Amino acid sequence: MEAYFQSLSLLKLIKNLPGGIAQGLIWGIMALGIYITFRILDVADLTVDGSFTCGGAVTVMLILAGCPPWLALIAAVPAGFLAGFCTGFLHTKLGIPVILCGILTQFSLYSINLRIMGMAANKAVSVDKFDLILSSRHITAAIWTGFFISLVLILVLYWYFGTEQGSAMRSSGSNSHMSSALGINTGLMKVLGLALSNGIVALSGGLMAQYQGFADINMGRGAIVIGLAAVIIGEVLGRRIMGKRLNFLGIFAFTVLGGIIYYLVVTAVLWLRLNSNDLKLFTAVIVALFLAIPNLREQSKSSFRKLKKRGAEQNA
Amino acid sequence: MLRLENISKTFNKGTVNEKKALSGLNLHLSSGDFVTVIGGNGAGKSTMLNAIAGVWPVDKGRIFLDGNDITALPEHKRAEFISRVFQDPMMGTAPDMQVEENLALALRRGQRRGLRWGVTAGEKAQYRELLKPLGLGLEDRMSTKVGLLSGGQRQALTLLMASLKKPKLLLLDEHTAALDPATSQTVLELTDRIVGDDGLTAMMITHNMSNAIRHGNRLIMMNDGKIIFDIKGEEKKRLTKHDLVNMFAELSGVQMESDRILLTK
Repeated sequence: MEAYFQSLSLLKLIKNLPGGIAQGLIWGIMALGIYITFRILDVADLTVDGSFTCGGAVTVMLILAGCPPWLALIAAVPAGFLAGFCTGFLHTKLGIPVILCGILTQFSLYSINLRIMGMAANKAVSVDKFDLILSSRHITAAIWTGFFISLVLILVLYWYFGTEQGSAMRSSGSNSHMSSALGINTGLMKVLGLALSNGIVALSGGLMAQYQGFADINMGRGAIVIGLAAVIIGEVLGRRIMGKRLNFLGIFAFTVLGGIIYYLVVTAVLWLRLNSNDLKLFTAVIVALFLAIPNLREQSKSSFRKLKKRGAEQNA
Repeated sequence: MLRLENISKTFNKGTVNEKKALSGLNLHLSSGDFVTVIGGNGAGKSTMLNAIAGVWPVDKGRIFLDGNDITALPEHKRAEFISRVFQDPMMGTAPDMQVEENLALALRRGQRRGLRWGVTAGEKAQYRELLKPLGLGLEDRMSTKVGLLSGGQRQALTLLMASLKKPKLLLLDEHTAALDPATSQTVLELTDRIVGDDGLTAMMITHNMSNAIRHGNRLIMMNDGKIIFDIKGEEKKRLTKHDLVNMFAELSGVQMESDRILLTK
């Protein structure tokens, strides 16, 4: 035990933190996309695991084909847009439950992503050969790039959800019955929201591929869970710190912060030399716990089990 | 202004649950009519309102509004002319959005929603003035999430929203049934005021005989997906609860005690 603690070097942890922040920012950007579906549309969209990879694949292949890295990154957005559109189409036009639509799109994206990558499971882009917009080799610059992109996205999303169309999208998620009665095409709003969400997710996939220097067919596995973790951590923090003054600007900023915190925790867990294969179990437990908290808190105030206990005490 | 011609609708066709909800329904409303609709359970009252609102396509018949055939228009397109208040106070407002945001959504009923601001400063002043006469203190809670309001407050807000952009036709589906008697009275008075002030054409379903008689200038009774009784003007004013109950038993041939209780309550 002592040997284990002596083997941990605090310096090493501190050295790893900036890298954790950079990756966390990328996951935080993805979490912005997930917030749109999970909180605004009130839909658990499983497309993201596929669209994240899709964004990475498109970006890497375009860079390899000679496209400037920034343009390759932007090109990931319409790819994700299309994926979200498919999910939305399956749901609103063909009447398939939305959770299944996400699974179907994500499943089919595996084949599509392989094709995009020329039937290879992994494609590398070296920062030595290409002028990538961010890379794990230059972490400080990567943090600035990630920060700048998330700032722009937060401002754009804040503006959009304040517009008439953004309000209509929010009301479709909040009360679709009322929205139709007010003349909002709720089906169209859902499709648009899913497309927008997956566009952002694909953008973060493109960022991740450039950061790590490769696209991998499995890079998006579990992205939805990481995104949910970031959204929930951000919400809990935001409510704690801002309370009632938490507006959309704050929510989006805290969502990105949630992504950073999530990845810093991961960095710390890896530093503790826990088996990195257990990381997914660890994340799932954390997310389940946070999702359960509102319900558990309610139960601690009143539940049938409590009444039973109280009844037993009175009868005794 | 509104004309229903031979409307039929059957739910779950070809199954054991088949239910003929409307069968050859005809109705003609004049501009400014305020019609109360009564009838037993399953008479087709809500189905008629849903058919007019375009919640689903009808099986047969045509619907005209101001001479235009709207039969083929989906719900969100008819919303430009028709506004609604539902029985469930939770159904008419978006709980996760603020009072002013809900009003702003209603102000743009049936309009193209683009990238202009969702709520402008000028509107907010207008909403404040409109909320004051409700006497619910909502004018000071414009940025409160609607989910935090009571059922009565939400229903009053829904009613205000329904008339914010003047509709050609206002459909009220038992909009006071889920409220306590006092709140129900307040919302009904508000209804009269809104319909009267704006000279709206309106249809109101109710299970309360006295309300059906007291409000509006016309009364229709439904049974088995058809209109079995239609009375207006002075004649309607002279109606009594007793008349209505007898009429219902006679016309529908139904003597079911449960329906009678429901109608006389």
